[in-house]
Amino acid sequence: MTNLASPTALDTAADEPAPSGRPARAGWRSLLPTMTPWLAIGLVLIGGITLFAVIAPYFVGDPREIRDMGLTGPSAEFPLGTTQTGQDVLAQLAFATRGSLQIGIIVGLLATALSALFGIYGAYKGKVLDEAFSLLTNVFLVIPGLPLVIVISGFVPRESRGLWTIAVVLAVTSWAGAARVLRAQTLSVRSRDYVAASQVSGEKSWRVIVVEILPNLLPVIASQFVFAVIAAILGEAGLSYIGLGASNSATLGTMLFYAQNGFALSLGAWWWFVPPGLMIALFGMGLSLVNFSIDELINPKLKNLRLHRKRARRAARLERELARDTTAKEAVR
Amino acid sequence: MNYFVRKLSFYAVALWAALTLNFAIPRMLPGNPVDILLAKLQQRGGTVTPETREAYALLLGGDSSDPLWVQYWDYLKNLARGDLGVSVSYYPTKVSDVILTSLPWTVVLVGIATIIAAVLGVALGAFVGWKPGTWLDTLVPSTTLLAAVPYFWLALILTYLLARVLGWFPMQGGYDVVLTPGWNWEFISSAITYGFLPALTIVLASIAGWLLGMRNMMVSTLSEDYILTAEAKGLTPMKILRSYASRNAVLPSVAGFAISLGFVVSGSVITEQVFSYPGIGGRLLGAVTNNDYALMQGVFLFITLAVLGANLVVDLLYGLIDPRTRARS
Repeated sequence: MTNLASPTALDTAADEPAPSGRPARAGWRSLLPTMTPWLAIGLVLIGGITLFAVIAPYFVGDPREIRDMGLTGPSAEFPLGTTQTGQDVLAQLAFATRGSLQIGIIVGLLATALSALFGIYGAYKGKVLDEAFSLLTNVFLVIPGLPLVIVISGFVPRESRGLWTIAVVLAVTSWAGAARVLRAQTLSVRSRDYVAASQVSGEKSWRVIVVEILPNLLPVIASQFVFAVIAAILGEAGLSYIGLGASNSATLGTMLFYAQNGFALSLGAWWWFVPPGLMIALFGMGLSLVNFSIDELINPKLKNLRLHRKRARRAARLERELARDTTAKEAVR
Repeated sequence: MNYFVRKLSFYAVALWAALTLNFAIPRMLPGNPVDILLAKLQQRGGTVTPETREAYALLLGGDSSDPLWVQYWDYLKNLARGDLGVSVSYYPTKVSDVILTSLPWTVVLVGIATIIAAVLGVALGAFVGWKPGTWLDTLVPSTTLLAAVPYFWLALILTYLLARVLGWFPMQGGYDVVLTPGWNWEFISSAITYGFLPALTIVLASIAGWLLGMRNMMVSTLSEDYILTAEAKGLTPMKILRSYASRNAVLPSVAGFAISLGFVVSGSVITEQVFSYPGIGGRLLGAVTNNDYALMQGVFLFITLAVLGANLVVDLLYGLIDPRTRARS
């Protein structure tokens, strides 16, 4: 009996890798990444930090309040200790996280819009416009961003250096990489038949772009947006750390700026300078992990790999069970 | 058009764009840098002659009565002569001299760190991507934490742990200040000890990008037909890994050098500040805090030139290692 059953079991395992009875993922669901442990960690990190940024500022005290206690380590009253002037580090962290996420999202949106304009529109129109846009993109790509941002911020007087100035400067210096990727993708989508059909039937170009081309690029745009947010948060933190950030803003970078100027490092006040950077790193990690899963949508070879692996594991398990079965039966016999 | 000619002309255009940006930025933005600069100069005991004023006005804009294109032409002529003005914060040293003394520090530091990070990252990525699905491979996403760490924060942590707590490395500076810079072993070994932490920072922060890129390309390459053919021919796995898979998978990493170098240079500018490293990034930030606009522009120009130059070299090499790029044109 076992001899008859074993080949069939293995055959079904090999022929029908997906559990039977579940319909194939179709329609808009195929645009969503598959849930993996890493994706789950990423979502939890992003969700947790966003929640912290939105809610925590309402529960902590005034981050600017100066107390007559100086630099103290973590305690029951102040879970993350206090700064040199007795300010609550946890309260500062809450407001700073909010500030950093804000600027990250603003810059992410601006940079993605710019890259879509130069990448998609240029590639769709083709000819001279495409040449000009792609030249502009490549030039912006090779000019190092942060030094340019530093120079621009250096020329703008401190009073007129608001949140939006910094956001626009960061966006203008960071869209190029995404535009190049989008251009390559658009070029391949543009030559497909249904796009040609839409053009022949006399649709306006904005409609062809939005209805026919854009949906194909959504995973790429999402991934570029995620990258833009990470880059913006990192860039803003760097700028603020060297004292060139937006005036009157509270971000994780300004926290590190004050920590550095308050000699947190030489005083060994790790509770002051570790949390802001860790917050940036964890949020960035969360976004990158989500990007990992989006990558699988863009590059099906990566996804197939995971499916193959799953299949191989299941086959191996079946084989082991069978082997155990046979030895058990033989032992009984 | 020939691939090499096309690349060269692109970088000529990029260079021109950088020069023009440098010309346009101070003129487009609010504030009057020339007056601030001249006031600083007088504080330092410099004499302000009409010629000095005119030289700064050419560099930074201001109340010059000449039409813009004449200013632009004169600006380009000044640059061609290597005249970037006089630095205010290092008065009376010329901007070009300040830059030339600090440039080697950054070029060596960033250059060596980038090469180490690229070689290690690509090798690890090839190794991990070669056997996808092993426990090592499932750990790959955790390297994104390293990629998302701000350079300067990583520098702070490393300084705190390795310099302050353990005391293995000096906290700040580029070399032992009692030594005079020169080509002797004592000075070089001191420079290496001082440069270790900055280099480690750059390597740790940039290695993940190389690793991830290489790993993903490796996975894609493994499903190509020529790998199957190589296996069918009975070649040893090591041979396939080295001569077939890695060689093809590494190409996008090389082509993406431009983007990564920009990131590394940007990151190292601020890292230098943490370590008070005598490189060009520290000079740039010092210039910004001192309103030394001439030095600021000079440094930006040099950083851009260096990045453009490195990219040009990589692009030309790329044309050699991947014949397809030449054929496409």
